[in-house]
Amino acid sequence: MPEIRTETMTINMGPQHPSTHGVLRLVLELDGETVVSASPTIGYLHTGIEKTAEQKKFQQVIPLVERMDYLSAQSNSFAYSLSVERLLGLEMPDRVKWIRVLLAELQRINSHLVWLGTHAMEVGAISVMLYCFRERELLLDINERIAGFRMFPSYIRVGGLRDDLPRGFHEAVTQFLDTFPTKLNEYEGLLTRNEIYVKRTRGVGKLSKDECIGLSLAGPIGRASGWNYDVRKIFPYSGYDTFDFDVPVGTDGDVYDRYLVRIEEMRQSVTICRQALSRITPAGVFAADAPTVVPPPKDRVYTEMEALIQHFLIYSQGFTVPVGEAYVPVEGARGEHGFYVVADGTNRPWRLKARSPSLLACQALPRMIVGGLIADVIAVIGSIDVVMGDVDR
Amino acid sequence: MIVDALRTLLPGLVIDPIVTADGQETLFVQTDRLIDVCRLLRDRPELGFNFLADLTAVDFWPREPRFEVVYLLASPAARLRLKVAVPGSAARLPTVQSVWPAAGWLEREVWDMFGIEFDNHGDLRRLLMPEDWQGHPLRKDFPVQIRLRPRSSEPLQVSEEEFRANLAKDRAARAANPGTGR
Repeated sequence: MPEIRTETMTINMGPQHPSTHGVLRLVLELDGETVVSASPTIGYLHTGIEKTAEQKKFQQVIPLVERMDYLSAQSNSFAYSLSVERLLGLEMPDRVKWIRVLLAELQRINSHLVWLGTHAMEVGAISVMLYCFRERELLLDINERIAGFRMFPSYIRVGGLRDDLPRGFHEAVTQFLDTFPTKLNEYEGLLTRNEIYVKRTRGVGKLSKDECIGLSLAGPIGRASGWNYDVRKIFPYSGYDTFDFDVPVGTDGDVYDRYLVRIEEMRQSVTICRQALSRITPAGVFAADAPTVVPPPKDRVYTEMEALIQHFLIYSQGFTVPVGEAYVPVEGARGEHGFYVVADGTNRPWRLKARSPSLLACQALPRMIVGGLIADVIAVIGSIDVVMGDVDR
Repeated sequence: MIVDALRTLLPGLVIDPIVTADGQETLFVQTDRLIDVCRLLRDRPELGFNFLADLTAVDFWPREPRFEVVYLLASPAARLRLKVAVPGSAARLPTVQSVWPAAGWLEREVWDMFGIEFDNHGDLRRLLMPEDWQGHPLRKDFPVQIRLRPRSSEPLQVSEEEFRANLAKDRAARAANPGTGR
């Protein structure tokens, strides 16, 4: 039989491709349908947020960082606020802590819903996307209620929260928490035992536990591979040690296990939300007692000279942060998420560095797709849940 | 405690624990002992810093030494901040990829943003900025707003031979450096 001449083919996937979740470009070398090598190229969405932040006052950085990981905006502002508050030496009142925990968990559900919808759609289950976005709408409505802004509420701030909870907040959250577990069962009914879905995801994009640790994939990806690392449990912040919840851990480290881990995380988030909501009074303290950081309430500004001066100072000059550096990470929807803040004693950060879990997930992408089929590339990109705004910053 | 362990394991090591505002344990390490210290921190079971949370740099221009490269580490029990002072005149460091593979892209980002070179990195290209960008944006002496002349380029004209040659070159580069990137 004459020998057939074969050669590999180099193709370019992205930067505009419906399933790259933004502008991720992959140069793939294919041998038939098998991926021989892959090089991700990033940077298309780089907007220099870290450089911009150095020109802004500390409080003005909040809206900037919320736009990094745009699917879990409040996890950005939460992590940033914690780091700056550590430098300021501020301790939050309990009510602020519980509200932040509640918002962070709702944000996790919100982000996981977008992940589930898009990931399922990319492997062919379009109806899941419609259901997920239906439930996400309720969460965006809650954001709108607290801040008037659905995607980037800027509600968590240095020193506490922007304002007190609005009327009807408890009812809206309760309504969501009551209906959501049933909906979650519906999604599971569509996917967990769906033969097509299982065949497309089981054994695909495998990573071992040691690989995950070496590549710093702390988060759902690492937990799916059996690395039991969750910032909420290991380095508790904002009172997470007082909540009762489990951290789901997988064994196989494939796309299917990542799916199971994230679904279970949503269930756990619901139980945390219930506990938090039961502790939050409808009205009460919503910021730390720190007159140099937190602006005084408006009725005092209009009636008291000192409050007016304080208001003017905070809005014109901001507040100064003592010299030092801090890194207080949170468990974001994509893994350990934190801001390394260096302060030089002025009212602007000297340096701000975001620890972006999506960047590290992108770095690990070739390990997961080389040797697999080109069709699996889509499933793997979906399973690592990258947000390009967070990768490129 | 970490300092004592390191001092006994690596005799002659000059290591300065410094007091920080946030109470986080922070160590300054000499450049030439960096890899040894990192390897020990990762491998000794009583230390166990197997997780490199982040790697970044800070520019303290006009102070000298100008840069501080910061390694944020975590073990199942504690966090640690490791720092290396890097002078602006010789901004070079050994890569820690052999200890934590995750350092690959993080070091590329530091090179891209600060111009600090990492020896034996193997793939030290720009990560976020365009390949033809000049300068390193996060340096403090880099202007915040700059205007670049609009550039235009001719439509790409590639002959069949050039295309094949390019492909072969690409493939050879990738074969020389398998796994991540070119």
